[in-house]
Amino acid sequence: MEQFLISLLGDNIWVHIIMGALPLVFILPYALVTIYLEMKIAAHMQDRLAYMRTGWHGTLQPFADILKLLQKEDTIPTAADKILFILAPYIVFTGTYAAFAVLPFSKAYVGSDLNIGLFYIVAISSLVVVGLLMAGWASNNKWSLFGALRSAAQIVSYEIPSAFAILAVIMITGTMSLNGISDFQSSGIQNWLIFGGPFPMGKKLLLFPFMLIMFVIYYISSMAEVNRTPFDIPEAESELVQGYNTEFSGMKFAMFYLAEYANLFVVSAIVTVLFFGGWASPFGTFMSGPGWDAFWFITKGMFFVCVNIWLRWTLPRLRVDQLMYVSWKVLTPFALFCVLAIGLIVVW
Amino acid sequence: MVKMKMNPVREYFSGVYLGLKTAFIGMKVTFSHLFTPAVTIQYPTQKMKLPERARNRLYVNMDDCIGCDQCSMACPVDCITIETIKSTPEDNLGVTSTGQKKRLHVPVFDIDIAKCCYCGLCVPPCPTECIKMTDVYEFAEFDRHNLIYSFATMTPAEIETARVKAKKMEEEAAAKKAAAAKAAAEAKIAAAAKAATAPQVQQSAPVQAPPPNPASPPNDSQQKPE
Repeated sequence: MEQFLISLLGDNIWVHIIMGALPLVFILPYALVTIYLEMKIAAHMQDRLAYMRTGWHGTLQPFADILKLLQKEDTIPTAADKILFILAPYIVFTGTYAAFAVLPFSKAYVGSDLNIGLFYIVAISSLVVVGLLMAGWASNNKWSLFGALRSAAQIVSYEIPSAFAILAVIMITGTMSLNGISDFQSSGIQNWLIFGGPFPMGKKLLLFPFMLIMFVIYYISSMAEVNRTPFDIPEAESELVQGYNTEFSGMKFAMFYLAEYANLFVVSAIVTVLFFGGWASPFGTFMSGPGWDAFWFITKGMFFVCVNIWLRWTLPRLRVDQLMYVSWKVLTPFALFCVLAIGLIVVW
Repeated sequence: MVKMKMNPVREYFSGVYLGLKTAFIGMKVTFSHLFTPAVTIQYPTQKMKLPERARNRLYVNMDDCIGCDQCSMACPVDCITIETIKSTPEDNLGVTSTGQKKRLHVPVFDIDIAKCCYCGLCVPPCPTECIKMTDVYEFAEFDRHNLIYSFATMTPAEIETARVKAKKMEEEAAAKKAAAAKAAAEAKIAAAAKAATAPQVQQSAPVQAPPPNPASPPNDSQQKPE
């Protein structure tokens, strides 16, 4: 794609600006669709209907929500630390958006095909924590600070099992490039890493249970990293008002909201890349090509976004100590054991 | 499940297993609910059926109201205001649907529905069954003064003529009464004078008057003062 753009426009800055802005073109409609999906799925799981008035079955409601947020007064509390307060939502969104740089939407389109893509994602998603802490601290509000601290504690704890899961995949594929990992799993559903990857049958069968456990571990910890129920204790509206969001209004709140949903897609996309073949078509060469690749990537990503929504409306919120128990006493030891086992299988 | 003292290792693994298993059970439940029809009733366009004896907005059928004020007296929050004007014998106000003759004009019959507590206590006392609770419940207003419902059907001119007539009738009655009182007083004085001149007659008078006969209708003697 980059080559194509260079041949079209010549090697100038516009090529890179277009390459960089494409994920944004994806994020905005994606966020609208996901907000709509979230509300509809939530409502139907509770035998309700959700939006029905704005447009056909309320399809225009997300637009109405955004219009409302744009009109809102952008208040800054007098006691707030103004600079940090204004900066925080943008840092959170930047951190999330930066992760899109390495997501392989298609074999032909990767913002930047870094050879340390996964490492970059693990590193850059920690920038979000800084933004959240800034938001919580700058608000000068006890609920906000509680929320931010909980969020930081949670993300830091859950990064460990998720890093182990990523490590296992890196051990198998031998690359950290997301495009490379997707390529490794191409040519058919049986080659996806969740089913053991493209290995001989015996090795596949040995790898399969461990990869399944790794997938569950990664999925749980990714859910915790994006602060969604059952791991939404940083927001916990029934105890902390809205956590670090409490003092934000208007576009700043919209930025947090957008970042949350964008982040949700990032983690779902990483799940897809790590275990479900990324952009690779499940039918081998059938239905594959640059356009189909993007289709499969987004479809798989959206599937995991929907599973995330499904879980959100199924499970109740964990207590703080339970949250730490799950991370340190369950996920981390299991992840360690699986990494060891997968390492031995790969070497053998 | 029988609670047994478990080996800590077993407890840990069974905890992990249960944690996952129950999450899947929950997911199954919510997934099945995703396809059950919603119970939502989309209110302004779809409405719930009201129970048969639902008590909502009051309605007064003024054609049947005889202005007896019983509903107003029964009201625990005093939300019904009734004023009446007596009718003259030549006015024919007609009869109610239950066949009672209407004797009073009702120029004011106001119900402050904002105060109404929908207890329905005003309904049973009504002798003509003209006040009742309907099934209308959508009557929100921007100004609460609009919630004072006036049911009276009389125009101001009609009220004025009815007032004048009633006043005239009252004055006539008062004049009559005064005349009667005067006549009675005169008769008394005359009787006293008579008694003074002929004391023996007065003594015999009670004897002369026959004791009231219980068998005879009382009207005969009662009608006399009129």
